Amino acid sequence: MPMDKDELLRLYREMLLIRRFEDRAHFAYTQDKVGGYFHPYIGQEAVGCGFISVLRKDDVICDAYRDHGHFISKGGDPRAAMAELFGKATGCAGGKGGSMHFYDRSIGFYGGTGIVGASIGLGTGVGFAIKYRGGDQICLTIFGDGAVNTGLFHESLNLASLWGLPVLFLCENNLYAMGTSLERSSAVTDLASRSKSYGIEAETVDGMDLFACREAAERLLATIRADRKPRFVEAITYRYRGHGAADPGNYRTREEVDEWRERDPIGIVEKRLLDEKMIDEAQIQEMHADAAKQVDEILAYAESSPMPPPEALYEHVYAPGHA
Amino acid sequence: MPVITYREALRRALAEEMEHDPGVFIIGEEVAEYQGTFRVTEGLLKRFGPQRVVDTPISEEGFTALGVGAAMAGLRPVVEYMTINFCLRALDMIFNHAAKTYYMSNGQFPIPMVLRAPNGKGERLSAQHSQSLENLFAHMPGLKVVLPSTPADALGLLKSAIRDDNPVVFLEHAALYNLKGEVPEEEHLVPLGSAALRRRGKDCTLISYSRMAQVCEHAAGALAAEGVDAEVLDLRSLVPLDVEAIRDSVHRTHRAVVVSEATRTGSAAAEIATRVYEVAFDELDAPVEIVAGADVPMPYARNVERLAVPDEAAIEDAVRRAIWREGAPLPRWLKEQHA
Repeated sequence: MPMDKDELLRLYREMLLIRRFEDRAHFAYTQDKVGGYFHPYIGQEAVGCGFISVLRKDDVICDAYRDHGHFISKGGDPRAAMAELFGKATGCAGGKGGSMHFYDRSIGFYGGTGIVGASIGLGTGVGFAIKYRGGDQICLTIFGDGAVNTGLFHESLNLASLWGLPVLFLCENNLYAMGTSLERSSAVTDLASRSKSYGIEAETVDGMDLFACREAAERLLATIRADRKPRFVEAITYRYRGHGAADPGNYRTREEVDEWRERDPIGIVEKRLLDEKMIDEAQIQEMHADAAKQVDEILAYAESSPMPPPEALYEHVYAPGHA
Repeated sequence: MPVITYREALRRALAEEMEHDPGVFIIGEEVAEYQGTFRVTEGLLKRFGPQRVVDTPISEEGFTALGVGAAMAGLRPVVEYMTINFCLRALDMIFNHAAKTYYMSNGQFPIPMVLRAPNGKGERLSAQHSQSLENLFAHMPGLKVVLPSTPADALGLLKSAIRDDNPVVFLEHAALYNLKGEVPEEEHLVPLGSAALRRRGKDCTLISYSRMAQVCEHAAGALAAEGVDAEVLDLRSLVPLDVEAIRDSVHRTHRAVVVSEATRTGSAAAEIATRVYEVAFDELDAPVEIVAGADVPMPYARNVERLAVPDEAAIEDAVRRAIWREGAPLPRWLKEQHA
């Protein structure tokens, strides 16, 4: 089912917001307002916006560490996201998690983990819980191309297939596991074929193209919803910046980055909007300005939020309750 | 009160908690069709079905991750490792995820999960299948570490562990599965973090847990014959640690010997000794003794294997030193240093 105009414009705005958010957060990192490790999503927006837009509110995401964009797409409060990056009490993890550990139970965003491959196993567990309770939700489990070489990838895909768990494994293949290219890390670079070896149907989509991602997501999620079996999808995409904020990216050529930027996911959507005369150039400029203004407000919120109190140190080490 | 084995007590705890809460399920290698490697889960498949008693492939990291994810989603997994040694395959999931998710998520995601395994020295199983790993888990904030030494505690502590909203590493001792003891007929819950005074005494406190608590009781019995009145405190859990019970006891006896089967360096036993100094320094009449496993991988040959973990004699000697008994031998590790 093709997207209607409203939905397309909503996703376009979301992509603009995420890109602006990441750009400004990255700048805040250079000002030492954001600390730790910071992995920007810029360049990969079509994947998250396309796939997550098809999820239901009660579906769950288990994510890896490049999680800011996914969090916003799932309905997370971008102010709480920025505040988390700033290490503030109003952050989506109370300032305890930081960039790699965004959480919001109320929207089904189950983190944010900093250990490569871990989200695959956790998402399989969420899928197990859904099946155990007889629910019809799906767990979208997101990871990068580096994760397919962890043992947990193989163990989890085997379990999910063996037990028929409602999980969509989404591999955001941005061609580099930190600085190591897919060719230098994977004996088999067709990642979908790995999944097939566990009896899980798999396909590859253009991760720069929102329309392709959205179409694949609609089809795959509907199939899982119907037959309760896992699927695997590899979205080939590209991050414009380094692996993290401190990465100068010496392992890639300028030409390669430029070539990918020509297929910019936001540019592709803009072209469609203009070609089909849904909006004009002035409206596009207006939406860019809206996103910039929104992120300014988000930054102001994060800046002005309080730090966690010293008592936070010992809070939430152990849960007080029992069943 | 009925007398049952430690194994039967664990089985009863699992069955009762599965009856109590439909979110409790058991997952691990050979827990279902095989009826449990140590037969703890015997009969549970028939009673609760394959949805709730789940055999896994040999994928420790995979099924531990599955347990953590299921716990995030609100179920109460009981993950069984065939032996504690195999959970080393899953330490990232235990340390980085089970232990930390509640904290990292600012309290949004408790992990109500039990990680069960036989721990401790086996019989001639050598280095990779025969070790006490509780020190690793006690080191990691966010985990609770529970080690029952009697059938009644096996029942009451496992039930509490399953009901607890935190990840609990529940370490059974392989050598205790056949131990018999009285167990209350009615519902029996033992709170986590409360030590049990196994024997009152006035001369010295033996502080221990798991199988060594049993050995300490025997040692105390032997010492009584020579007029030494030792108290035996069974901690039952290392996290939470019942520091109050330790302090109360040492304030009465003025001497303490900490006994554990695990190797000594970086151990909970060393931490407990430190706590004794913190809470009872002015009350102490002798240095705190530690009787722990030798800092070696477990050897295979029967005679050498026997030397690797404390026995009654080593505990008795430590008590004799603590009470300044004439002619008490030096601890082995000290003798080796002087040799």
